[in-house]
Amino acid sequence: MPEALDPSLVALYVFVLACFIGYWVVWGVTPSLHTPLVALTNAISGIVLVGAMLVAGDPESGILVQLIGFVAVLLASINVFGGFLVTHRMLSMFKKKK
Amino acid sequence: MDLSVNQQALAYLASAVLFILGLKGLTHPATARRGNLYGMLGMLIAIVATLVGREVQAYGFIIAGLAGGAVIGGIVAMRIQMTAMPQLVAALHSFVGLAAVLVGIGTFFHKQANGLLNPVLMGEISAGVVIGAITFTGSVIAFGKLQGLLSGAPVKFAGQHLLNALIGLATIALAVHFAMTGNLLSLFLMTLLALVIGVTLIIPIGGADMPVVISMLNSYSGWAAAATGFTLHNNLLIIVGALVGCSGAILSFIMCKAMNRSIINVVFGGFGSDGGSADSAGAQAAEKGVKSAAIEDAVYWMEDAGKVIIVPGYGMAVAQAQHALKELMELLAQRGVEVKFAIHPVAGRMPGHMNVLLAEADIPYDQVLEMDEINSEFPSTDVVLVVGANDVVNPAAKEDPTSPIYGMPILEAGRARQVYFLKRSMRPGYSGVDNLLFYQDNTYLVFGDAKDTIEGMNTALKGGGH
Repeated sequence: MPEALDPSLVALYVFVLACFIGYWVVWGVTPSLHTPLVALTNAISGIVLVGAMLVAGDPESGILVQLIGFVAVLLASINVFGGFLVTHRMLSMFKKKK
Repeated sequence: MDLSVNQQALAYLASAVLFILGLKGLTHPATARRGNLYGMLGMLIAIVATLVGREVQAYGFIIAGLAGGAVIGGIVAMRIQMTAMPQLVAALHSFVGLAAVLVGIGTFFHKQANGLLNPVLMGEISAGVVIGAITFTGSVIAFGKLQGLLSGAPVKFAGQHLLNALIGLATIALAVHFAMTGNLLSLFLMTLLALVIGVTLIIPIGGADMPVVISMLNSYSGWAAAATGFTLHNNLLIIVGALVGCSGAILSFIMCKAMNRSIINVVFGGFGSDGGSADSAGAQAAEKGVKSAAIEDAVYWMEDAGKVIIVPGYGMAVAQAQHALKELMELLAQRGVEVKFAIHPVAGRMPGHMNVLLAEADIPYDQVLEMDEINSEFPSTDVVLVVGANDVVNPAAKEDPTSPIYGMPILEAGRARQVYFLKRSMRPGYSGVDNLLFYQDNTYLVFGDAKDTIEGMNTALKGGGH
């Protein structure tokens, strides 16, 4: 059995490479869409929802922890729904000259 | 059905790719809406993959939270005014921050119950909780300043930086102690101190630097998500967190560069206020040797002009003047006048603020140009109309090495044949610096509320009477 890579190290690999992707993609964003960029990144940072669901979804850890998870799910999903919708609303307004 | 860990990881990979494509869509307004749809699809996949995974065994709280979030988020997103976008974004950042704190603390108890705690995990929990807590209170303060609940003026006191440094060190010490021992008291004290740091970090930053603050908090909310990803060993959270963190960091950099200031200077420098008294505007103006003009004068020159450039600033948002400007643009276009809008990167209270307001008023985006694109056009422009902007057209930034804003790139409005400033008063801009452009021979000030003034121009143009 070969020695397994520490999972935290794998996570670090993913993190560093994702930073590079983010760097190159975001520099390509046109300045006129910087507000939608903030709104969209805000919506997708609602991805902490995934973590919140894991906390809220395990009955073994007790009602108090599940309640903490519930509040986190609520907050994160306000972000997700509110963020995507408001981005959509803004982007629908950007029109070219007819 | 239960998704295996590997199947779930594949779904997460698909959603990470969709998020990247989503951001990529914002390269151009024509592809941006599709980008947002990619983002939504990515989120949907992530939510479903998590729900049907093995780790989620109880659904009641999750469904309730999702439903509540959908209703609240949906209502807010549909009702919010475009001028209030900076406040909304600040509020949403605070939710991400608080959610990250709760997920961190919740995960601690969850792992404790299953006997899975170790120092590395607790270190990761500390990082998520601390960054989340700073994002939370920092965003709450930013929201308060933007909403006008708190003064926009920087709050400064002696020994502020020392105090911040001490709180920061204490937080780190508690985080290390918690990671080594799993001591609950350390966890709570650490969280509390991080909440305090969020406040002390944002209160010294003035209202005019809000574009940097929003970008910074955007960045923090990403790092908070990434730290949560480390805690949960969830690559999707790590990827998304890194994307968002980078995005916010790049925006902060762009905003700082547009003010010719370093991020350190913005965070600790704290210049700018929203105070200042406004005595009789006309009297002050005469005293200083600036010329004021009537609405009719501006209209007279604009209707026969070949090209008019409008420079909007935060004042346009405050006066809600964007719709009146759209009408002005149309009335001038009917007379064969070429009308363009010139946007400075830090105009408004968040990156791209002006562009959204002009888009809201149905002004086509191809008539709205960025500073670098339009600066060469000012010398061939007949009339520049400055609507609620100030520092971003101040020639002191180029000419006066002693000026605090020296070196800041500006819109070179002063090079046009005539400049009309719509202003409420002689009050200087947020930097508190006097605007040299006011004293130029070709500059005239039109006093009054921006919206009323522009509507007056529209009436004059419609009357066609000269």
